[in-house]
Amino acid sequence: MALRNIIGKRIGNGIGLVGRRSLSTATSDVENRNAKSMNLYSAINQALHLALETDPRAFVFGEDVSFGGVFRCTTGLADRFGKARVFNTPLCEQGIVGFGIGLAAMGNRAIAEIQFADYIYPAFDQIVNEAAKFRYRSGNQFNCGGLTIRAPYGAVGHGGHYHSQSPEAFFCHVPGIKVVIPRSPRQAKGLLLSCIRDPNPVVFFEPKWLYRLAVEEVPEHDYMLPLSKAEVIRQGSDITLVGWGAQLSIMEQACIEAEKDGISCELIDLKTLIPWDKETVEASVRKTGRVLISHEAPVTGGFGAEISASIVERCFLRLEAPVARVCGLDTPFPLVFEPFYMPSKNKVLDAIKATVNY
Amino acid sequence: MALSYLRSSSSRSVNLLKPLSSSLPLRRPISTDTTPITVETSVPFTSHQCDAPSRSVETNPKELLTFFRDMALMRRMEIAADSLYKAKLIRGFCHLYDGQEAVAVGMEAAITKKDCIITAYRDHCTFIGRGGTLLEVFAELMGRQAGCSKGKGGSMHFYKKDSNFYGGHGIVGAQVPLGCGLAFAQKYSKDETVTFALYGDGAANQGQLFEALNISALWDLPAILVCENNHYGMGTAEWRAAKSPAYYKRGDYVPGLKVDGMDALAVKQACKFAKEHALKNGPIILEMDTYRYHGHSMSDPGSTYRTRDEISGVRQERDPIERIRKLILSHDLATEKELKDIEKEVRKEVDDTITQAKESPMPEPSKLFTNVYAKGLGVESFGADRKEVRATLP
Repeated sequence: MALRNIIGKRIGNGIGLVGRRSLSTATSDVENRNAKSMNLYSAINQALHLALETDPRAFVFGEDVSFGGVFRCTTGLADRFGKARVFNTPLCEQGIVGFGIGLAAMGNRAIAEIQFADYIYPAFDQIVNEAAKFRYRSGNQFNCGGLTIRAPYGAVGHGGHYHSQSPEAFFCHVPGIKVVIPRSPRQAKGLLLSCIRDPNPVVFFEPKWLYRLAVEEVPEHDYMLPLSKAEVIRQGSDITLVGWGAQLSIMEQACIEAEKDGISCELIDLKTLIPWDKETVEASVRKTGRVLISHEAPVTGGFGAEISASIVERCFLRLEAPVARVCGLDTPFPLVFEPFYMPSKNKVLDAIKATVNY
Repeated sequence: MALSYLRSSSSRSVNLLKPLSSSLPLRRPISTDTTPITVETSVPFTSHQCDAPSRSVETNPKELLTFFRDMALMRRMEIAADSLYKAKLIRGFCHLYDGQEAVAVGMEAAITKKDCIITAYRDHCTFIGRGGTLLEVFAELMGRQAGCSKGKGGSMHFYKKDSNFYGGHGIVGAQVPLGCGLAFAQKYSKDETVTFALYGDGAANQGQLFEALNISALWDLPAILVCENNHYGMGTAEWRAAKSPAYYKRGDYVPGLKVDGMDALAVKQACKFAKEHALKNGPIILEMDTYRYHGHSMSDPGSTYRTRDEISGVRQERDPIERIRKLILSHDLATEKELKDIEKEVRKEVDDTITQAKESPMPEPSKLFTNVYAKGLGVESFGADRKEVRATLP
């Protein structure tokens, strides 16, 4: 995948912004020593191994995690760390998250897995009302910062209504939790370790399409990537594209095509959706004057709306064109119609051209 | 179905070498023969907070042959779906029901099409039981227009409004509170009908089930919660997910009955009993002890969490179709050849329907936007650049 090459170029933070909100001892650049080629689920697996190794009070639980999980993200954990730390739960999402909150409230690192993001809704109340507000309403006496909820999200080509959803927008509306979405194996390992060690409850969505498909050189050592810091993964001057997760590879392909028409695109990976890195995006928009946001979730009320409103607020006079959003359609995630629903490369390309030629 | 049986029996009359004991002229009207036969169920019922119904079930040759044919059809259909999935004609998910046919067939025999059934995603055979056609099944599986949900639902979302089959649900356990709502409406309309809300042993641990049970018991709803216990929630054995795998007792204050789900007659008896109970006394739980031969879905080989010996053991000892076959043969209701002919015929029917279903076209792209809301409250569809409204679709 082309994204791999882009990361290899190490674009870094040349814009001149330094992460102001490093909440953990994280390195923004990762040294490449002992890097091994691996896919997304292996990278996540490594991260989990490291998390459990470095913290004796870390637990991994969820449906079917013991044998390795339906996507193999938890392979080998039960054998290595024992059934007291890596265990299966019955089929009850609300119970899993509630249980995780309790475990975290006692100072443990609870890494809960929800088998598919589409099933997270029974746990929504626990996340929104319990996890997000615990520290706030107890006046900082208690907190469930050790809670990390992992869930595979996003389209996979044949998932249909209940194995393809992108529910990140629902959670972005909840102050008190963080929402993090990696774009590639290397990012995933670093971000997941940051999420687990972050003293706030985090919902970590993993793009399931990339579990096997994305292959990258991932360093074998323990490293963390900063949360709430967006990354410019492609430099450009004509238009800023903002996205996250699997959608970035689609956007990148559109950028490459747009390049052929002489449009220089800047591509930003948001990484953390809340609290999101407004400064990086704003700086980029001040440079280019145009912005396009793309995500798989339906357009109305999707997180693109928040980014759009914020950018307009902050950069109104600089904008040369309206903020463009290329997103999923306002329908339930369809089965046979998936190719029409998805914000494909051509849709993004069309929007790039229209915005640039506004 | 009666007619097709007659066809095969009339061809048999040419065979002059048949022994006299087969009594040709007496055999022919089997398909309409309703002389009662009493059969004992394989095991007695175990009950919780109620008196178990009798082990002796009344049936008749017509019913037994219908059971045989229907189950053979369901079995063949599921196996054909397996091949279609592997040939990539069916995409997405496909959860097969083979092994559990007796539950679908026995339940139908005890109720009417005015009673409601609602189930989870392993719904192909339940749909057939409710009167769905093979064409609707295969077309829907392949995502074609001729499917029961017009190709927009897929394997997990079969529905049939005219026979009160409320589907077809992907989220585990979510259909049970819905089922109790259906029961409430039935009680309100006073039409002496009940709702069967089916779920699996994995779903039995969902919180919403207990909420639904409490509400049904509180308001005396004619809801029958049927746990199709095939002993594995995906790959997790029941004893590893549930402190108490006696799902029929989970209702606590709600009575329950444990039934051998591989015995269609036991299922029929239990459902009949449950319907009578629900109409008088409110909710009841039925636990169907059944087994699925395939894995959880087509991506699950089904052999990593259970031994092949276990699967073949169940197939030999408890297969629902074999049980009915033995019953039919021991009561001399049909010959082995006749039963084999039925199976051959069923196989041909399935193959022909698949060919027909393949002809059906995919849904029109504009159908992507239909039925998001009620008609008239449409979805706006934008062009790729989102600069102008291209259409407001129904």
